[in-house]
Amino acid sequence: MAQTRRSFLTTSTALASAALFPMPALAQAAPRVVVVGGGFGGTSVAREIKKLNPKVSVTLVEASPTFTACPFSNLVIGGLRDLKAQQFNYDKVRAAGVNVVIGTAIGVNASGQTLRLADVTLPYDRLVLSPGIDLRWDALPGYNEAAAAKMPHAWRAGEQTTLLRNQLTAMEDGGLVVMSVPANPFRCPPGPYERASLIAHYLKTSKPKSKLLVLDAKDAFSKQRLFQNAWKELYPNHLEWVSLSAGGKVNSVDPETNTLTTDFGKQAAKVANVIPPQRAGRIAELAGVTNQTGWCPIDPVTFESRQVPGIHVIGDATIAGAMPKSAFTANSQAKVCAAAVVKLLAGEKPAQPKLINTCYSVVAPDYGISVAGVYEPAGGVLADVKGSGGVSPADAPADARKTEAVYAEAWFRTITSEVFG
Amino acid sequence: MKIVLGVFAATFVFSASGLHAADAPPGAASCSGCHATNAAAETPVPKIHGRPAAETIDVMTEFRTDKKPSTVMNRLAKGFTEEETRAIAIWLAAQK
Ligand SMILES: Cc1cc2nc3c(=O)[nH]c(=O)nc-3n(C[C@H](O)[C@H](O)[C@H](O)COP(=O)(O)OP(=O)(O)OC[C@H]3O[C@@H](n4cnc5c(N)ncnc54)[C@H](O)[C@@H]3O)c2cc1C
Ligand code: HEC
Repeated sequence: MAQTRRSFLTTSTALASAALFPMPALAQAAPRVVVVGGGFGGTSVAREIKKLNPKVSVTLVEASPTFTACPFSNLVIGGLRDLKAQQFNYDKVRAAGVNVVIGTAIGVNASGQTLRLADVTLPYDRLVLSPGIDLRWDALPGYNEAAAAKMPHAWRAGEQTTLLRNQLTAMEDGGLVVMSVPANPFRCPPGPYERASLIAHYLKTSKPKSKLLVLDAKDAFSKQRLFQNAWKELYPNHLEWVSLSAGGKVNSVDPETNTLTTDFGKQAAKVANVIPPQRAGRIAELAGVTNQTGWCPIDPVTFESRQVPGIHVIGDATIAGAMPKSAFTANSQAKVCAAAVVKLLAGEKPAQPKLINTCYSVVAPDYGISVAGVYEPAGGVLADVKGSGGVSPADAPADARKTEAVYAEAWFRTITSEVFG
Repeated sequence: MKIVLGVFAATFVFSASGLHAADAPPGAASCSGCHATNAAAETPVPKIHGRPAAETIDVMTEFRTDKKPSTVMNRLAKGFTEEETRAIAIWLAAQK
């Protein structure tokens, strides 16, 4: 395989970085890795490093003692699942030898190689950030934290998920539900459309006179043909999608009147689910690893920041080329990053990786679809491996959709048991 | 298909990083996102860790060439060359 100039640069960056951050001499204490974010990326990377080299001291910093998973939280909103099934703790992570610290990271001293929490400072040889997303409270006029208590985003699972579910159950039959979907990039590209499907399913089965209006800032979206075929078949009277060019972009919202405004006018909603624009979790910005987009450019071999050596970033916070922001991606990146960190700590050269992503979406209880991809570093980014990946066939029979719904749930159980079990 | 295992012995090195198992070849670590390594995990997705490499190679080849239908594996198997698939299969066979 011909080595491109970019991949040569990538390799030499990794080596230069290994030289800058050498493994502590044998007489010294074990190398220390600190990880921020006990979600899909961070918990996976912490455990994987410990598994690959038990001698490394690994500390995981997470703000909350209970993690509430977003994947499958759309089923909670649709009334098909209990929020408890989404929640996990860190007992098994501790048992795997990871030092779990419950607290919020508030600063990074990159030259001194320390991470700051309110009451403690943690020194590191390598820092891995997997902070997920922050919602941008400055991007959609009218939408801020207070507005979210009336017009839930439910884009970080937990109380917000319950709030949206409760608003839907409390709504009278005949009420209009409106969802606002942001432009790319955002967490979980097929997520809004899975949610739209499951809200429509709830309306069809429990509030048949109601309807969901999806106002979108885009003209195209993930698995679009599959979703739209399913909507035509399953929810012709309960779901309407308005594209960007049809006037779907929401320009402002008013929580007082539960109204969303587009170029074409005002839309009052009984229930409004506003998914705002997003950016990397705040600690990434504090660490200096975000660029003007609000996301983090990384080396696709090591996931080391392009901006600050010694700090790696994985998961939703990254600019990962063709890889979408998903839990599957975060877990897949975590394994590659863990292998690279272990190598770099040993002064060795990380290997060229390949990564996988698969996002299942549940459109109805017995109806699953998926998008899958295989990725490799090329031209300095993560690119699709040509000829691989794609979406479920458009003409698949009902039993194939049913099988994919079963595999979707199996995926959730398997990945959460690998990460938290 | 004849498999030359000897070529891959080179991946089983004990490096300064203190790894006691071979480094996972490209892509192999991602399989466990769906194929549980934990025997206790209840899942309809078939177990692939600890399976004879030749079996895995055969099925993956059928997925890659669309000889065997599947929901998702055809799309994933096409992301790996014959050589990469072989390396993954041999590594998987060595996992518990
Ligand atoms: C509705 C919905 C449905 C989805 N469905 C799917 C799906 O079916 N499949 C799929 O693969 N993905 C899905 N996703 C996407 C998935 O949830 C994310 O991509 C995934 O969680 C990203 O992992 P992460 O590690 O980057 O962030 P997270 O999993 O969000 O973890 C970040 C963690 O960091 C912690 N944290 C942040 N900052 C700090 C700090 N300063 N100090 C301490 N702790 C901190 C947070 O508390 C959080 O626990 C869905 C998302 C949504 C919203
Ligand atoms: C997104 C989930 C997913 C990922 C990731 C995944 N698989 Fe699979 N695998 C499946 C499913 C589901 C099946 C059953 C066939 C189907 O419908 O695709 C399967 C079947 C298989 C089989 C056939 C087993 C048998 O007994 O018939 C093999 C071999 C296999 N996978 C290997 C792999 C390898 C190797 C990887 C990693 C490179 C991998 N899989 C990654 C979901 C996955």
